[in-house]
Amino acid sequence: MLDDFFIRSIIGGVGVATVVGPLGCFVVWRRLAYFGDTLSHSALLGVALALLLQINITLSVFITSVFVAFALLFLQKGQKLSSDTLLGLLAHSTIALGLIALSFMTWVRVDLMGFLFGDILSITKRDILIIWVGGLLVLICLILVWKKLFAATVSPEIAEAEGLNPQRSNFFFMIMLALVIAISMKIVGVMLLTALLIIPAASARHFSTSPEQMAIISILFGISSVLFGLFSSLEFDIPAGPSIIVASLILFLFTISKNLILKDT
Amino acid sequence: MSKKENALIKLTNAGVRKNRNWLVRGITMSVHSGEIVTLIGPNGSGKTTTAKMALGLLGLNEGTTSRKNNLRIGYVPQKLQIDWTVPIKVKRFISLTTKISDKEIEFALSLTNTSHLSDKEIRVLSGGELQRVMVARAIALSPEFLVLDEPVQGVDYKGEDAIYNLIEETRTKLNCGILLISHDLHMVMSTTDKVICLNGHICCSGTPGVVTTSPEFKDLFGERMVTNLAIYQHNHDHEHLMDGSIKK
Repeated sequence: MLDDFFIRSIIGGVGVATVVGPLGCFVVWRRLAYFGDTLSHSALLGVALALLLQINITLSVFITSVFVAFALLFLQKGQKLSSDTLLGLLAHSTIALGLIALSFMTWVRVDLMGFLFGDILSITKRDILIIWVGGLLVLICLILVWKKLFAATVSPEIAEAEGLNPQRSNFFFMIMLALVIAISMKIVGVMLLTALLIIPAASARHFSTSPEQMAIISILFGISSVLFGLFSSLEFDIPAGPSIIVASLILFLFTISKNLILKDT
Repeated sequence: MSKKENALIKLTNAGVRKNRNWLVRGITMSVHSGEIVTLIGPNGSGKTTTAKMALGLLGLNEGTTSRKNNLRIGYVPQKLQIDWTVPIKVKRFISLTTKISDKEIEFALSLTNTSHLSDKEIRVLSGGELQRVMVARAIALSPEFLVLDEPVQGVDYKGEDAIYNLIEETRTKLNCGILLISHDLHMVMSTTDKVICLNGHICCSGTPGVVTTSPEFKDLFGERMVTNLAIYQHNHDHEHLMDGSIKK
């Protein structure tokens, strides 16, 4: 069964959607969309480093994302520049550095488009293993820190004053986000990854009255987007990564229009 | 037992600096069980900063702080901005940091007259409603040390009185130490044990009576305020219910 590329794509895509759903909710709640974008852009630098040092791409992307996340936290403390300026600076300079590094390595032939916009249809059994093992690991960690991370999201001050440790929760969150970026890159690529994090979560907002509910609904929306995107890609012969994102956009538009109609009546 | 031994928190010559400016400096104060300490002072005088030092939210640039081990703290911050995308109901907000039973949640909400809001989402509450819910949440934790940073902001006149009464009742019931930041000098006069008057440093401190007659207080708040305060210094001989009628 796993020998069929389309089945492999579905299994990989569903795995990614399951883990990005709840994490995407935190990205939305914490207004970290641009932060997520910066981390995923930096993944291209991770790819270049992996090829240069001949190490595993997933591992290299994970380490690079963690490094960029902490570089950002460090810069935010010391600098007077606003966060969005720093994010823009890091997002685009890491991608530029990655592109230059790749261009130097004339001895490797890389599918740049695949890294930028995803290459889900070429997914291997090994990729699926990485997605499911890594994804499960992230989900377990997330469940363990869920309550504390949520309290730190609602009010870091209350959380800290009342004996929780929001810095530690934030630290775990960064690590989890970097790991998710590393394992999901194959599906939609570094340019479109943030969309997969935030669009299902944003669509889920209108239907949720508790954080857990929103996490589960965004998983369902994510899975539907993957399925819808993959089937349209097959049907209309269009690129798979962008199709998944457009599918999630259509779902989002449907949810807000439904919301508008409900408001009117 | 001497008073020093059972202090819940104690700041000694504490100060916090932002860049090159001292936000506050030379703060020495303590809060004991069953005691209400009120911080007053003009805007920017370091009231919130002092409260945050006491809570351990800010690293000190000088001085020391000591807190009782495993101190159970309830905190009502001055501002709470929850992004509208966070789906959280009042009930869930009450047990944000500690698991609290439904029965206790209901009871805490009834104290601030907000039981009807328990299934509402936080984002639809008005400023005053949110403030009441925050007070209910802090009390529901049955804290040993309660910090309230301007707890009646945006609360209507009747509600204000009720919340101040509630704070006093809570002190008696839980025997907790309370650090209160308040602009309402009426409250300061009637229920506070100790007033600390701040303006970047401690201008004067002591019982309400001592503080209001000190020249530093007059300097800070002006003659008019001091004269106006005189009318507040009377004994309450009756209590109001939530609807304003007199409690019999």
